[in-house]
Amino acid sequence: MQQFKPATLYLEDGIEFKGFSFGYDQAADGEVVFSTAMVGYPESLTDPSYSGQILCVTYPLVGNYGVPEDTIVNKLSSFYESEKIHVRGLIISDYSVSYSHWNAAKSLDEWLKENKIPGIFGIDTRELTKILREKGAMLGKIVPEGKKHEIIEDPNLVNQVDVVSCKEIIKYGKGDKRVLLLDCGVKHNIIRCFVNRGVEVVRVPWDYDFTKEEYDGLFISNGPGNPDLCDIAVKNIKKAIEKDRPIFGICMGNQLLSKAGGANIFKMKYGHRSHNQPVRMVGTNRCFITSQNHGYAVDNNSLGKDWEPFFINMNDGSNEGIRHKSKPFFSCQFHPEASSGPTDTEFLFDDFIKLL
Amino acid sequence: MDTTIKKVLILGSGALKIGEAGEFDYSGSQALKALREEGIETVLINPNIATVQTSEGVADKIYFLPITPYFVEEVIKKEKPQGVLLAFGGQTALNCGVELYRNGIFEKYNLKVLGTPVQSIIDTEDRELFVRKLDQISVKTIKSHAVENIEDARRGASDLGYPVILRAAYALGGLGSGFCDNETELNALAEKAFSYSHQVLVEKSLKGWKEIEYEVVRDCYDNCITVCNMENFDPLGIHTGESIVVAPSQTLTNSEYHLLRELSIKIVRHIGVIGECNVQYAFDPESEDYRVIEVNARLSRSSALASKATGYPLAFVAAKLGLGYGLFDLKNSVTKTTTAFFEPALDYIVCKIPRWDLSKFQGVSREIGSSMKSVGEVMAIGRTFEEAIQKGLRMIGQGAHGFVANREISVDDIDKSLREPTDNRIFVISKAFKKGYTVDQIHDLTKIDKWFLDKLYNIFNTSKELLLLENKEQLSRDLLKKAKQQGFSDFQLARLIYKESIDIDDASALIRAYRKGLNILPVVKQIDTLAAEYPAQTNYLYLTYNGTHNDVKYLGDHKSIIVLGSGAYRIGSSVEFDWCSVNALNTIRERGWRGVMINYNPETVSTDYDMCDRLYFDELTYERVMDIYELENPHGVIVSVGGQIPNNLALKLDKAGVGLLGTSAKNIDNAEDRHKFSSMLDRLAIDQPRWKELTTLSEIYEFVDLVDYPVLVRPSYVLSGAAMNVCSNNSELEEFLKLATNVSKKHPVVVSEFIQNAKEIEIDAVADKGEIIAYAISEHIEFAGVHSGDATIQFPPQKLYIETGRRIKKIARKIAQELMISGPFNIQFLAKENDIKVIECNLRASRSFPFVSKVIKVNFIELATRVMIGEKVISPNKSAFDLDYVGIKASQFSFSRLQKADPVLGVDMASTGEVGCIGDDTNEALLKSMLSVGYRIPKRGILISSGDAKQKAELLSASKLLVEKGYKLYATGGSYRFLIDNNLPATKVFWPSESEMEPQAMKMLHSKEIDFVINIPKNLTQVELENGYKIRRSAIDLNIPLITNARLASAFINAFCTISIDQIQIKSWDEYRS
Repeated sequence: MQQFKPATLYLEDGIEFKGFSFGYDQAADGEVVFSTAMVGYPESLTDPSYSGQILCVTYPLVGNYGVPEDTIVNKLSSFYESEKIHVRGLIISDYSVSYSHWNAAKSLDEWLKENKIPGIFGIDTRELTKILREKGAMLGKIVPEGKKHEIIEDPNLVNQVDVVSCKEIIKYGKGDKRVLLLDCGVKHNIIRCFVNRGVEVVRVPWDYDFTKEEYDGLFISNGPGNPDLCDIAVKNIKKAIEKDRPIFGICMGNQLLSKAGGANIFKMKYGHRSHNQPVRMVGTNRCFITSQNHGYAVDNNSLGKDWEPFFINMNDGSNEGIRHKSKPFFSCQFHPEASSGPTDTEFLFDDFIKLL
Repeated sequence: MDTTIKKVLILGSGALKIGEAGEFDYSGSQALKALREEGIETVLINPNIATVQTSEGVADKIYFLPITPYFVEEVIKKEKPQGVLLAFGGQTALNCGVELYRNGIFEKYNLKVLGTPVQSIIDTEDRELFVRKLDQISVKTIKSHAVENIEDARRGASDLGYPVILRAAYALGGLGSGFCDNETELNALAEKAFSYSHQVLVEKSLKGWKEIEYEVVRDCYDNCITVCNMENFDPLGIHTGESIVVAPSQTLTNSEYHLLRELSIKIVRHIGVIGECNVQYAFDPESEDYRVIEVNARLSRSSALASKATGYPLAFVAAKLGLGYGLFDLKNSVTKTTTAFFEPALDYIVCKIPRWDLSKFQGVSREIGSSMKSVGEVMAIGRTFEEAIQKGLRMIGQGAHGFVANREISVDDIDKSLREPTDNRIFVISKAFKKGYTVDQIHDLTKIDKWFLDKLYNIFNTSKELLLLENKEQLSRDLLKKAKQQGFSDFQLARLIYKESIDIDDASALIRAYRKGLNILPVVKQIDTLAAEYPAQTNYLYLTYNGTHNDVKYLGDHKSIIVLGSGAYRIGSSVEFDWCSVNALNTIRERGWRGVMINYNPETVSTDYDMCDRLYFDELTYERVMDIYELENPHGVIVSVGGQIPNNLALKLDKAGVGLLGTSAKNIDNAEDRHKFSSMLDRLAIDQPRWKELTTLSEIYEFVDLVDYPVLVRPSYVLSGAAMNVCSNNSELEEFLKLATNVSKKHPVVVSEFIQNAKEIEIDAVADKGEIIAYAISEHIEFAGVHSGDATIQFPPQKLYIETGRRIKKIARKIAQELMISGPFNIQFLAKENDIKVIECNLRASRSFPFVSKVIKVNFIELATRVMIGEKVISPNKSAFDLDYVGIKASQFSFSRLQKADPVLGVDMASTGEVGCIGDDTNEALLKSMLSVGYRIPKRGILISSGDAKQKAELLSASKLLVEKGYKLYATGGSYRFLIDNNLPATKVFWPSESEMEPQAMKMLHSKEIDFVINIPKNLTQVELENGYKIRRSAIDLNIPLITNARLASAFINAFCTISIDQIQIKSWDEYRS
């Protein structure tokens, strides 16, 4: 039997949780957030939107099906959402030492070690979640026994988008139509969703001035952290909305498009991170279950006169997407590309491609 | 919402049977609640009188009538509802609804089917239509050949290649289905399957694939969600009702989970379900290949489980959607603030384990497979799989303490027992680990996913560590904590550490004290549907050792009362105790207390979190009840409404200082302990059958010399087979003792005199400090010897001497006074002439409490609860003798599900459910109840094998009636001669042992020339047993009504010869005025 050494989770308000260390034997700090998704840890951990964050998974049993061996085919990861793990640390309740799955190549523990990411298990994740729910997302650190870690930096003060965005232009797929993808930390499944639909994707860095480029449609990707640190992108998007070429944004893309349209963004108490967020398409009886991962939201009341809410969260009324009243521009706060999560809203890709 | 609907008819599921149990009381009750909330008048047809849904205030009109097209149409004629709900009464209601639809009845009366359209139901039920429907959207199904005769079945099988699976279409829970490895097996099974259905399906077997289910909800705006998915621990090949099941799925990756989720939604949209629906998949363990097994376009056992597993009230929501609401109109009933359009996020794992009762049946095969045999189930909640499964294995209540530390089972061939699963395979896995089997080896034999096996192996490893210890001092904090997090009970720890060095109860107490000293305590967690994302005022709770903080605060105001529920449904304890528990909770809350429920049966209404102020979905063990008691600090605990499980805890809880409400634990023990009770009866000069507890065979013979045969023999420890038996001679006695038990000092046998041809009478009553304040005397139609749970019971009694009634009252009074009874109790008597003997006394609510309460319209549980709370209760001034009607409770048997079991009734209970119907006289009430449990009035021939001389005489006048009515009688040997001697025309038929002689009984059964069989077992000789068995079993397998008791047969014949079906009055419960 594998032995695990003790570890402690410290929250910035002084609360401590005792557990056991797994993954990489090293301390880590970050913003502690929780996700209530019940499956999909390989996808979540590689989601660039988690950059700077320590993820607490509320589902207690994790590691059950191991981790698949990743390969990069046509510049795209075959199983993950990016080339590496983006969370800074992982907090769970019950770690499944033994895993079982036909496509698993290694355990979660081994994978975390390879990526130098620490994990802690044996935590009352429900209690931790309640604390984060009441007090809001807060900073924290995982410290395995014998390791030291003094400072905790607020990752939201750093432009996380700049950390995860590509540094040069990358092209994917072939097709009659070309989508210019503004990369704020794009998940590979977004690219797959375009490529599988026969669209050429040109992925450019978040601060790239794309306004002179040739493209049929602009896509603004998801990404981590604080949208207020992405003014360069907003400025470029503003130029794009003066023209008529279709625009589609997801998550951070929704926030940046909203900002370009004049709206305000605010930081939510603890955000939406789950696979079961209900949204309603405004003005219809059509409702969808969506996958979400965001800590900031668009203020519905601050949308400019040319814009209107596209989707609304059915639980808390927060904005889940906007659309332009006359031009082919729309975006959503949730993740229609799923991975991980429900696939109900993948049709938005089709809707966008039809506009091209 | 559709505002034209003012009155809605809802069909129940009738008596509990294997494959259709308490879950439909839960779903029906939820639907009724949803309709009432809208101000819609509700009409319910359900003959199951013990259910919560057939209680006052749940439905507006209740008809205790058979759920058959004829009776439903009659009710429609009378009540003129505008809408009907078909999806809440299981397969029974669905089949009845489909038939009514096909006959144009709904159209004729302008009745709107609410929710899923009937055509969609038909599309899912008819295999061929179903496959075609899913082909349209390119969804893969298990391809099968739908055949209508045996030759085609054989052709289909050789086409697909063996092994194949046979399924009868339109049959509930896999009735008449099974696997065939070759043509011989196919021939046998196909014949049986065709007796249930004109259509049989031959399919390729996918043994070893994973089995996954999704519960899907869709509204009329096409919004669709999957509320829960579930994964079977047992791979495909074992009916999902027979499998251990976990929720959510544990071994599926994100892409697999969402592949199947997306398919589920696609399917449900295409079929056009409005409401709730279940989709079952076979899933390849080596790729993402799948097949859809089936779709149930109705509430099901799985949906009840999913509701309890997630806190999402599927039936309630489905009923609202049926009325035209959108999911977005409805609120999440746990958070009360968020929307019902969402998919619950769990932060725990639930584990469902079936409960079998196969030892109650003679001759039944213990193998489990594609058809259902289990009679109940439990749901355990934990935050590790180890914790959940160990809890669950204790909950099933068959002597297990978890996965390890159980009484050693003997397994002849471990490989075979792993490969060919039986009801105790999980314990064979435990044994295999002990014998050194690896996870890989067990996986190869069982095909159970290694993830589950690895987890079980963790438990085994911990048990090995514990076995190395000798006392608690050696038990480290870390190991103790790990063990508790893996679901070990204090008892298991005690047994593993102390072995047999000290008394196990003392050892358990030592461990408990030591553990509490180390502050290793369980925490209470809420089930809130959103994994703590939103604040929820939920009262739905469980306990776990995998956590550090309680979710709830305790007031410590002693204003709560804990009610211990009934646990898993089993033979002898089912929905009636749920009714009792719910009524106790209602009373507690009405009287200003907080009601707290502990129960773990997902099929119940008492585990609906709306029923109480706090629901602990957890174990009813001493340890767990104490944990909760210490947290809750209640006013007291009620142990007398949940049947035998809580009753058995009384003494131990009392010793621990728990405040029990009602009769004292000491007096409960005085009634439970055979010796104490017997000497009390002697002291009170109350007669009882003579009995003795004996330890050697020679002592037994001595006693038999004194009382004479037959005797009733009850071993205290049973190896196999029935727990008790009646023996008529030395050879039977020896045979039974050899088969059933080892007689020894440690395992004595109780032998009682068995009084033949005696009436059995029961009294259900409520007393207050020894004074009876309400009582109901009822009589059995059968003579004593048929277990009271199987007997047909009449209330008020119609054929009882006034003198007998008076004496019974007197005896009951004496006993109530002597035991200072406060609360519910039941006494059973034997009466011959006016000679009365007491045979049993239970100081708790009995199985017949809901029946007598509803017939006399006095809620005995309400009275009992008020007494137990300490209120002064005035005796209701109502006498059963004034009733202008009669109630009859009849038993439902599930022999058709239990392959090879001998469908004969005896001293051990075999029925799985019951109905209770009311009529103006015995004949009407009996006919209603017999039709309700599936009997049909014969149209052609009746086969009589009438047992011994007494039984033959008993049947004579009934036989005359049959002849007068023009029935053709067939009879075997002695019965034939008896009929002829009494000038009744009959045709002689030959026994199965005389196979070359014609006419042959078996042939006539197969050709359906006989449509009613009366077969009274004469004695227990081998030939007699075999002949009788073959006829009885064939009747069951060929779905021909069978009665094996002469008194019941007479009563039934009298009833259907005296009144015809159209003379049966269609009267609702409230029209019977008392």
